[in-house]
Amino acid sequence: MRKVAVLGMGHSQFCFNAPKTQVELLSEVSLDAITSSNLTVKDVQAAFIGNALGTIAEGQATVQQFAVNDMGCHNIPALRFEGACASGTIAVRDAYMWVASGFYDVVLVAGVEKATALGTPLATRCFSMAGDAKYEFPAGYTFPSAFALLAHLYASHYNMPLAKLKEQMAAVSVQSHHYASKNPLAQLPFEITAEDVLKSFMVSTPIQLHDCCPFTDGAAAVILASEEVAKKIYEKPCYITGVGLATSGQLSTQYKYLPRLRAREISVDQAYKMAGITPQDVDVCELHDCFSIASLIAAESLGFFDFGTAGEAWQKGETKIGGKIPINISGGLKAKGHPIGATGISQLYHICKQLRGEMVDLGVQVEGAKTGLVDTLGGDGCLCHLVVQR
Amino acid sequence: MEYKLPFKEYNKALRKSRLLGLKCNTCGTITCPPKMSCQECSGLDLEITELSGQGSIVTFTTSFGAPQGRENELPYTVLLVKLDEGPWIMGNLIDMETNKINFDIIGRRVKMSSRVYPGDIYSGGSASRPVFSFID
Ligand SMILES: [Zn+2]
Repeated sequence: MRKVAVLGMGHSQFCFNAPKTQVELLSEVSLDAITSSNLTVKDVQAAFIGNALGTIAEGQATVQQFAVNDMGCHNIPALRFEGACASGTIAVRDAYMWVASGFYDVVLVAGVEKATALGTPLATRCFSMAGDAKYEFPAGYTFPSAFALLAHLYASHYNMPLAKLKEQMAAVSVQSHHYASKNPLAQLPFEITAEDVLKSFMVSTPIQLHDCCPFTDGAAAVILASEEVAKKIYEKPCYITGVGLATSGQLSTQYKYLPRLRAREISVDQAYKMAGITPQDVDVCELHDCFSIASLIAAESLGFFDFGTAGEAWQKGETKIGGKIPINISGGLKAKGHPIGATGISQLYHICKQLRGEMVDLGVQVEGAKTGLVDTLGGDGCLCHLVVQR
Repeated sequence: MEYKLPFKEYNKALRKSRLLGLKCNTCGTITCPPKMSCQECSGLDLEITELSGQGSIVTFTTSFGAPQGRENELPYTVLLVKLDEGPWIMGNLIDMETNKINFDIIGRRVKMSSRVYPGDIYSGGSASRPVFSFID
């Protein structure tokens, strides 16, 4: 297996009601990634595109073939990856394997979503399609309800008063908004208080509006290349040194492990082992905070904190810059936004920015960061991880 | 290889408030909702068994936002119930006003009946769903 580098990157504004189409968004971020890699469209050998809901949002299936021919990568192989909210990350992992194997030297990985075009009721319906359609959706199971079920289970399992857990969850959202306020790409770049969270609309007990990420339009892209190509053309490559992917069945059948998600622990263990690192070696992490409670569950399974204690870590600032493990310094899904097909690539983009030392001007640089981790969750059972190092 | 307990058959029984599962003749685990194989050992020597439909609430949520087309059901409460036979299943709580539901319902004993979700343009037809009421 060859070493695989991340070269140039592109990232759209994350927002409500993007004025451009999915193809246009993909073309823009992809050209930014290609040109900043010191490459041209003629150098791209294949494209791996994350997109979950485009078929319904725009009535556009096979967005990947239209996008690559739109941007000028004529006639190249283009594949669409669908793993709900992890679509972008699983596209990166597959692209990684094709470059590592020697089959390709230069591939484009991009993701796009226009979730706000659906409107909240239809978007809620579409997101729920990533849960079990036959045995769980009939009960009205949606993604807020999934994490609401896990939140109550978390409080019960770790014997924690619900009010205490709610305060911990609020601390997660407050931190994410704080960092998003410094990110010009973020959808919700403003500060909120714990009181704002606890007074917001009750979506699904105990999850309130400010415990939830928004629906988002946006796109992101990266170029992956072999080490040989990277060394010739690019000054500051980061290297993907570990990848992991694991899946599970419907939520109810994961009962022996809940509120932990076993697929996450299997996947991140693959990525850590492959990179030859432990959780203590991670300097900066972007994890899948679709809901505030999801951050606590994730950070514990990634090995950063003991089970049942991640909320205290957020409250003490251990997840901020200068803390034990800086998490979601981009603002996370909560406040940077969550355009699901693009989310994993946006996470990778922000990790690489940290590893390259390019966040100094925004005042959010994790000093000396050498090792980063991307954690993405799709539906209630697709977990994907990337270890990135410089 | 034939699917032992397909959705259609499971659903038909559920419509009559009968809960079917699969007993594994290799490890004894009950799988419900049904799958091709035992959810514990992947064994294929399975037999259809009728479950009691009784168990305890392990977690819940009352939702105030619905997927498109299901707004008229709001607010509704989703449960995960640990069945006496072992597996957990998802359903709704029906015999308590949603504004009275709180954390204290975790652990309470419930029994199952069923209601029909009529389906929408995406669902490929209707589906029965377990609904639960308190035993005591
Ligand atoms: Zn078995």
